[in-house]
Amino acid sequence: MNIIYTDVLVVGGGLAGLRVATGVQERGHHTIVLTLVPPKRSHSAAAQGGMQASLGNCAMGWGDNEDIHFEDTVKGSDWGADQQVVRMFVNTAPKAIRQLTHYGVPWNRVRKGKHESIINAEKVVIEEKEEAHGLITARDFGGTKKWRTCYTSDGTGHSMLYAMDNKAHEDRVEIHERMEALSLIHHHGRCYGVVARNLMSGEIVAYIAKATTIATGGYGRIYEVSTNAIICQGTGQAIALESGIATLGNMEAVQFHPTAIVPVGILTTEGCRGDGGLLRDVDGYRFMPDYEPEKKELASRDVVSRRMIEHIRKGKGVPSRYGDHLWLDITILGRKHIEKNLREVKDICENFLGIDPAVDWIPVRPTQHYSMGGIRTKHTGESQTLKGLYACGEAACWDMHGFNRLGGNSVSETVVSGMLVAEYISDFCDSPQSHIGISTGAIEVFVEAEKEKIHRLLNNEGGEDAYVLRRAMEKIMMEKVGIFRNGKDLQDAVEQLEQLHIRSKNIGVFRSKSYAANPALVVAYRTQKMIKVALTVAYGALLRTESRGAHAREDYPMRDDINWLKRTITSWPDPEQTLPTVTYEPIDIMDMELPPGWRGYGKKNIIENPDSAIQQAKIDAIRNELLKKGADRFAIQKALMPYEHLLPERYRGRNERLYERFDEQKDDQ
Amino acid sequence: MSDTKPRKLKINILRYDPHIKGDEPHIDTFEIEEAPGMTLFIVLNDIREHHDASLKFDFVCRAGICGSCGMLINGKPGLACSTLTSRLPDEINLAPLPFFELIGDLSIYNGKWMRGMNERLETWIHHKEKELRDIDRIEEPMDPDLAEEIYELDRCIECGCCIAGCGTIQMNENFVGAVGLNKIARYRLDPRDERTDADYYELIGDENGVFGCMTLLGCEDVCPKKLPLQSKIAYMRRQMVKTGLNNNIRKCNCLQHEEKMPEH
Repeated sequence: MNIIYTDVLVVGGGLAGLRVATGVQERGHHTIVLTLVPPKRSHSAAAQGGMQASLGNCAMGWGDNEDIHFEDTVKGSDWGADQQVVRMFVNTAPKAIRQLTHYGVPWNRVRKGKHESIINAEKVVIEEKEEAHGLITARDFGGTKKWRTCYTSDGTGHSMLYAMDNKAHEDRVEIHERMEALSLIHHHGRCYGVVARNLMSGEIVAYIAKATTIATGGYGRIYEVSTNAIICQGTGQAIALESGIATLGNMEAVQFHPTAIVPVGILTTEGCRGDGGLLRDVDGYRFMPDYEPEKKELASRDVVSRRMIEHIRKGKGVPSRYGDHLWLDITILGRKHIEKNLREVKDICENFLGIDPAVDWIPVRPTQHYSMGGIRTKHTGESQTLKGLYACGEAACWDMHGFNRLGGNSVSETVVSGMLVAEYISDFCDSPQSHIGISTGAIEVFVEAEKEKIHRLLNNEGGEDAYVLRRAMEKIMMEKVGIFRNGKDLQDAVEQLEQLHIRSKNIGVFRSKSYAANPALVVAYRTQKMIKVALTVAYGALLRTESRGAHAREDYPMRDDINWLKRTITSWPDPEQTLPTVTYEPIDIMDMELPPGWRGYGKKNIIENPDSAIQQAKIDAIRNELLKKGADRFAIQKALMPYEHLLPERYRGRNERLYERFDEQKDDQ
Repeated sequence: MSDTKPRKLKINILRYDPHIKGDEPHIDTFEIEEAPGMTLFIVLNDIREHHDASLKFDFVCRAGICGSCGMLINGKPGLACSTLTSRLPDEINLAPLPFFELIGDLSIYNGKWMRGMNERLETWIHHKEKELRDIDRIEEPMDPDLAEEIYELDRCIECGCCIAGCGTIQMNENFVGAVGLNKIARYRLDPRDERTDADYYELIGDENGVFGCMTLLGCEDVCPKKLPLQSKIAYMRRQMVKTGLNNNIRKCNCLQHEEKMPEH
């Protein structure tokens, strides 16, 4: 038996995983990263548009700060987010981006003087300040009051991931490539690592660690069409679920991005609309202002996606052999802008559609894009129920996105959560509680169980074909657990997925028998896991009889703050059960800095909780009183909802801005 | 919609699984009916799902962004995911990228080679201070044009096509390739990196670096990101010639460097 010991094991080599790895390594803990693919090929690389951080350098971002970023994020989440976590996030994002600059991300910069831009289909002239010249600039994104999304052309994720991976090289982080975690090793409620399979040789290895971190991204590939990379299959969530102890949060919260190309589902960035691109229908008509007069194309993603489907249902879609779609028009931005700032979009249009987006409109349709749900953790990234197990990035639900994530908040979350969780893990590893207390005998039980599963799959003659089950699952998710949901379809979906789950226990790999590199074997065991994850999504969606954020029930169109202001918690305690166990975790309005209200976009369709008004009145009173006393925004925030004590000490500082200079502040005080 | 009958594509794939005892490299042929908008990503997955589940290949983003799916497509290195079959003849020959360690069939272990190259060339920003001292402060400004120029070279996706298209590396396996030389050009451009030309000379100022390139420039022809590899290699070579000459003049400097030189 091959057992490899380390201090911290990180499963997943994308932005979140790498940032955890370099963070704990810096604190002196040995780290091993397991990845399915070379880290630079992770799905983080596909994040085109940008990273939200309230730097406020550019003219249209002037005056931005943590408070506004906080408000945008909570509204975006449709009040599902943990507001303390959002506060931690918005305060750390400017630090994260400055640190990434140090690691080598070039970022597009502010250019002083006047430049032309497209806002609401009109050319406007914007004048950038002299003192901002050369600082990190930002573009507009959906659901934000300020231009806050910092970017490197439309290769933001790529440049961030490369900088982080290079940093990991510099720090000599050990990366074990093409190693797939198959199950968690745990003992007496403590996680001690994973059983992993070498995807090249087939060797089964036990990795034992003080702390184990899952940073494997989302579960988009349970859908037939997704913008996600093909490795985003939810296996990280699945192994947590299969532990029987760790829980998942808000799995039904699945985001659909408005503008993926038809039919292949490859994303064109929100930056297209942020930079001034428009959505048009079959008549070439710009329809979004009719639905969302204020934010138009730049309402939050869940809202724009639903409006697009509504419009298609009115018969205004563009018919094609792949079904109806709409048009994304970026021709008005001009060739120069497209070739410089939206080049990936141009390449994608050329390579996959054979069109030139500087001349032609792009066929688009809302497509599965992001998993708000994930492994439920505390604000420290540690599982609420399995000690020693951590999760961060898209794989986790800690929970800063609630029921809808804002564009640009995801890559930002990867590095911010990585920074913070690395500190909490390091604190844990520094404490005596972190000692590894599992015998090799106990480890062997987990290893043998996985070997046995693989042996069974390879020797089950006449079993089920994994591809058939996989395709059936993808279709069910696509047709019945999509943008608009209803009780009947969801009930069907759950019943059908339950049957698929039962059948999946009898999968046989009958066309390819190698124990070493064997794609058929991989499809087989991943399909078993994916169906379970799909069940958590569909079942959570069936039970949630309200509409919130990206979860839109046609039979329950209201957001119900009386009955449904709570997180869905899913677990699978008994391997023999055929449906997950669902419980709920309340979200208390009386703890909120921003009580539930209208988001400012989307339909005003809310069953209000009386507590919202009570809490709002309380907040208004505190704010007014402090304002009278001349308190600044920091003091007011602290009085409303203290959160700084939750942050690691090194990240508690305020963030300097051109209009909030440290020296000036000191003079004032 | 046109009425013409879809083409029957003949896909010839070079197969070999080093993990299977007695397996010999051979060609397997599959017939696939072409569909509109079909890419080699669709073709290969179709073959795996319906014809041969053991076929090994690598895809991640399937959007031309991640660099996983470099392979020889009718003899020329390219990304399979963003290659439309409509741009290819009826008969398509696929083989793994040469030079890299083979995992099996079309799947190669180029991540390992890339990591080695990155470690060797130290492709990270070298600061006097490893960590930013005060992350709360406003960032250092950078010239907007320069930032864009750096990103131009940062766009490399480490797919390995330039290595597969390189004549030099066939004769000298220690050559860093266009991918490596481009990275040095990128860091040299970056004012945040405090390395000097003398430092870069230590990394690429020999036959395994910029002086090894035979200027066949297959790299530039096959780069899927259309990076300016030719001009960057030429530029780095001029800079390194200058540095080499200066080094010879400043002998004491040279001695210092020799002590740091890795063994060859």
